[in-house]
Amino acid sequence: MTVWLLISCCHHRLGLSPKGGDIPQVLMDVYKPTAAASSKPSPDKMSLSVKNKDTVRAFWAKLSPKAADIGADALCRMLVVYPQTKTYFSHWKDLSPGSAPVMMHGAVIMQGVTDAVAKIDNLTDGLDQLSQLHAFTLRVDPANFKVLSHNLMVVMANQFPKDFSPEVHVAMDKFLALVALALSEKYR
Amino acid sequence: MVAWSEQERSIIANLFSNLDYEDVGAKALTRCLIVYPWTQRYFGGFGNLYNAEAIKMNPNIAAHGVKILHGLDRALKNMDNIKETYAELSVLHSEKLHVDPDNFKLLSDVLTIVIAAKLGTDFTPEVQATFQKFLAVVVSALGKQYQ
Repeated sequence: MTVWLLISCCHHRLGLSPKGGDIPQVLMDVYKPTAAASSKPSPDKMSLSVKNKDTVRAFWAKLSPKAADIGADALCRMLVVYPQTKTYFSHWKDLSPGSAPVMMHGAVIMQGVTDAVAKIDNLTDGLDQLSQLHAFTLRVDPANFKVLSHNLMVVMANQFPKDFSPEVHVAMDKFLALVALALSEKYR
Repeated sequence: MVAWSEQERSIIANLFSNLDYEDVGAKALTRCLIVYPWTQRYFGGFGNLYNAEAIKMNPNIAAHGVKILHGLDRALKNMDNIKETYAELSVLHSEKLHVDPDNFKLLSDVLTIVIAAKLGTDFTPEVQATFQKFLAVVVSALGKQYQ
């Protein structure tokens, strides 16, 4: 896009019309993006940059001591704010905040995410078994991963208001989205 | 029409009566532009949005965030009539501002997180549920006039 602006500017300077038809063919050929160039993937396109990964690891280290609590709080909020998610836990006697199943399962979930942080360089391979579990046994609708991610971040902001800066937020949002994607790998 | 319990009305009234619009409004829009950078497309005339630092220091963005937050006051004052209350703003966002309505959800998620950071232990699951319900109704109303 900017290349065409450059050409247009050059043509304005030379007193030529900026319309495409008037640009000399030789310039068109030079500046036309090649098939190879346009299909080259951008390394930072929606995947985690080195800075993102460092940010996620550093923030995770900070929240580690409270990981189980955070997981329980996030799960509890999800069940209250998004009641449709309760359908996955009909086998629990008690779904109320602070109940034993919610506390225990919150901790289990956070162990999974902690594991994902350790495997941040290759989430698809690293979460292969968890993906199989979610795809074939749990069969959680993948839309719910986004719901849980949102609640995890609400708790992070709530318990670490000074640390959960916009920069940490964007890195965590990207990371959790990629975890969700890795967990969905085996679905179909 | 959306039904609101007495408790929900009370939670919303309380939340807004204690709300620091200047602080929360600025933080919410700023954070939205940083976490979801494609939303910057609507703010071409607002000055330097080059990086997170620039966005955080941009006074136009801060002021606009406050304006947006005050936009929620309409719903607060007309909780039983939110859809009609936002008809005009819906047309504005669709016809004049050309905002993709998916962005309303992004901003409302960010606003929830900013409020969560602000309220600490007062941001209980019940308060979160009520606030998110309130925002969802507003978001739906804002999207109603799109065609």
